[in-house]
Amino acid sequence: MDDTLAGWLQVIALVVALALSFRPLGDYMARALTGERHWRAERLIYRAGGVNGDVDQRWSVYLRSALAFAAVSVLFLYGFLRLQSHFPLSLGMKPVSADLSFNTAASFVTNTNWQAYSGESAMGYLVQMAGLAVQNFVSAAVGIAVVAALIRGFTRKQTDRVGNFWVDVTRIVLRVLLPMSVVFAIVLVAAGVMQNFHGAYDIATIAGGHQTLTGGPVASQEAIKELGTNGGGFYNANSAHPFENPSALTNLIEIYLLLVISFSLPRTFGAMVGDHRQGYAIVAVMAVIWTASVAIVTANELHSVSSTVGHTAGAMAEGKETRFGIWASALFAVSTTLTSCGAVNSAHDSYTPGGGGMTIFDMMLGEIAPGGTGSGLYGILILAVVAVFVAGLMVGRTPEYLGKKLRGREMKFASLYILTTPALVLVGAGLAMAFPGERAAMLNSGAHGFSEVLYALTSVANNNGSAFAGLSANTVWYNTVLGVIMILGRFLPMVFVLALAGSLAGQRPVPVTAGTLPTHRPQFVGLLTGVILIVVGLTYFPALALGPLAEGLH
Amino acid sequence: MAPPVLPAVLRHHLAALRMLLVFTVVTGVAYPLLVTAIAQTGFSHQANGSPLATNGEAVASSLIGQNFTLPKKNPDDPNEVPRPDPAWFQPRPSAGGYDPTNSGASNLGPNSTKLIADIRARRAAVAAFDGVSPASVPADAVTASGSGLDPAISPAYAYEQVDRVAKARHLAPAQVRSVVTQHVQGRELGFLGQPRVNVVELNHALTRLGHPSALRAGR
Repeated sequence: MDDTLAGWLQVIALVVALALSFRPLGDYMARALTGERHWRAERLIYRAGGVNGDVDQRWSVYLRSALAFAAVSVLFLYGFLRLQSHFPLSLGMKPVSADLSFNTAASFVTNTNWQAYSGESAMGYLVQMAGLAVQNFVSAAVGIAVVAALIRGFTRKQTDRVGNFWVDVTRIVLRVLLPMSVVFAIVLVAAGVMQNFHGAYDIATIAGGHQTLTGGPVASQEAIKELGTNGGGFYNANSAHPFENPSALTNLIEIYLLLVISFSLPRTFGAMVGDHRQGYAIVAVMAVIWTASVAIVTANELHSVSSTVGHTAGAMAEGKETRFGIWASALFAVSTTLTSCGAVNSAHDSYTPGGGGMTIFDMMLGEIAPGGTGSGLYGILILAVVAVFVAGLMVGRTPEYLGKKLRGREMKFASLYILTTPALVLVGAGLAMAFPGERAAMLNSGAHGFSEVLYALTSVANNNGSAFAGLSANTVWYNTVLGVIMILGRFLPMVFVLALAGSLAGQRPVPVTAGTLPTHRPQFVGLLTGVILIVVGLTYFPALALGPLAEGLH
Repeated sequence: MAPPVLPAVLRHHLAALRMLLVFTVVTGVAYPLLVTAIAQTGFSHQANGSPLATNGEAVASSLIGQNFTLPKKNPDDPNEVPRPDPAWFQPRPSAGGYDPTNSGASNLGPNSTKLIADIRARRAAVAAFDGVSPASVPADAVTASGSGLDPAISPAYAYEQVDRVAKARHLAPAQVRSVVTQHVQGRELGFLGQPRVNVVELNHALTRLGHPSALRAGR
């Protein structure tokens, strides 16, 4: 079998697996988010946590709960990292410095998982499991909770209640993330991923030298790292590391895991609004963008377009693992940058300007195809609101989406959402380039060096977490600034989403008339795709022109 | 006496903290321990890092690449560049020197002059070492992997090294070639990933044909 056929089969196998999961997982999540009954274990958790699971919250209270949970989580994780040497299973790792602890705490709480440290030389097992991985679960659940509140804004009538934050988070963790993580962690172990508490140990090698092998509870971290679109690797090399991702089979499983929840959530959306066609339209937009992106990155890497290194070496093999090859590396790279995952199985810094530039553009789209767990769906729903508004302007009617009017108030929240991330990326990248010390953190020079900085800011503002890892980002300036941007990039949009949810929930639904724009037809899929590309493309074009485009034309 | 009533802000954060602690116990302690228990019971070989043993002593993980270099002339000189040992199949270049406590890639860009110079130098060195023309050296022999721990090379690079390894070990090239052929792994499930040769397992198999240090000592 040749490379091309094998590559295509691999993409098809992934698409089939995702398609088969779409209905059952999407419907299951909808039931978890709308069911009346609490599980006994959930009641125990509410009692232990001292929260009331039986009342719905106003949007402002829902938001306050989410922000309080995040604030407490950042402080807890910060303290944990600063004091890790005092805990068991610390493997003798030193306390993490103040700026790096802040950066890492912000990173994991915001579902970013930007890592300015190497796992194998900085983090003990307890902080990895009971600190970082806990946020992998709950930050993913918070994203899904917030999109559930937004969907309730569309479905509920004349109420100020959008759901209960604690119930949503607890149910997503207990009913979705935890059981799936247990199953897939075991699947990964069976396929070769390690799971032990051996620490680092020396061996005498085959050729008579010495090597220090690193043990660890890797599989349990790996499963939720992908499933929750977190992406924080147990080791520095992340999913390129053979202990995290030992084979092309585990590689495909990991890509599936990082996509499956976000690609199934449109089904949850369709089920909750009582019209599956609405969900199909959204997932179609996601699929179009994902497919085009896979094609562009794979073609660039295969044909080594615009790269001297590719011509010199004979193939774009730098930074890629032999067991994966170009197809499996490109597939992972696209999937991880279009979700907010940010795990990597190859070095994006060494991709062609076209391939690497596309991974930056994928993140700039705002992580919506399919995006992070929950955050991807609320991101694309905001863009759907904008698309409906644009269409309304064209025909001169008050726009409405899913029976709710989009008035000035709703459009202000949607616009603020859309402006937040680009402002953070562009101002942040501008600041970094303005200071000589921060410019010096670039490993590569010229346009590619700027791409490293642009990638970093795009990655943190969109809560992705992957990197053009050449940038030396473990400095006080980068740790602090990137940490602040991660927090703003996560929670400011969340404020606008929940405000929009509250505003929509308070409305009386308007009846569908002959003049209502249908939002389930191919026409709307095309309109939404166009709005996404134009809004994002025009915003970021100048920055892209200075980085990857300049490099590609070089 | 009624219990003191906390301000609403504090009450919110206290509830948040209690919920975080509950989730820490469930997802941060119980979950990894459960997975470890199942993994160690059902799949102990994989769970313990897929070790490869000689005479009962672990000498490698078959997932993690190793250096196959000659002993340093001066073991105390940190600047001495280790030379590849002709008696072993050589792995890909590594950004971290096959040190699992320092995993990672070179991160050099697609038009990096340093990387281009490195690739040219590696191509010349590998061609001279294996006695082949520079144009025939495959891409994986001149590029570093993403992890710096890649245990695998392309079948083309493995076959290229057969004559050199056979000569160093005083073996017939056909005998060494047949060991390589036994170690060529196809795509997983027939279509996933790339065909490859695991250098660590291949070299481990070579030890059964006689250890090179013994050969050198007997010369």
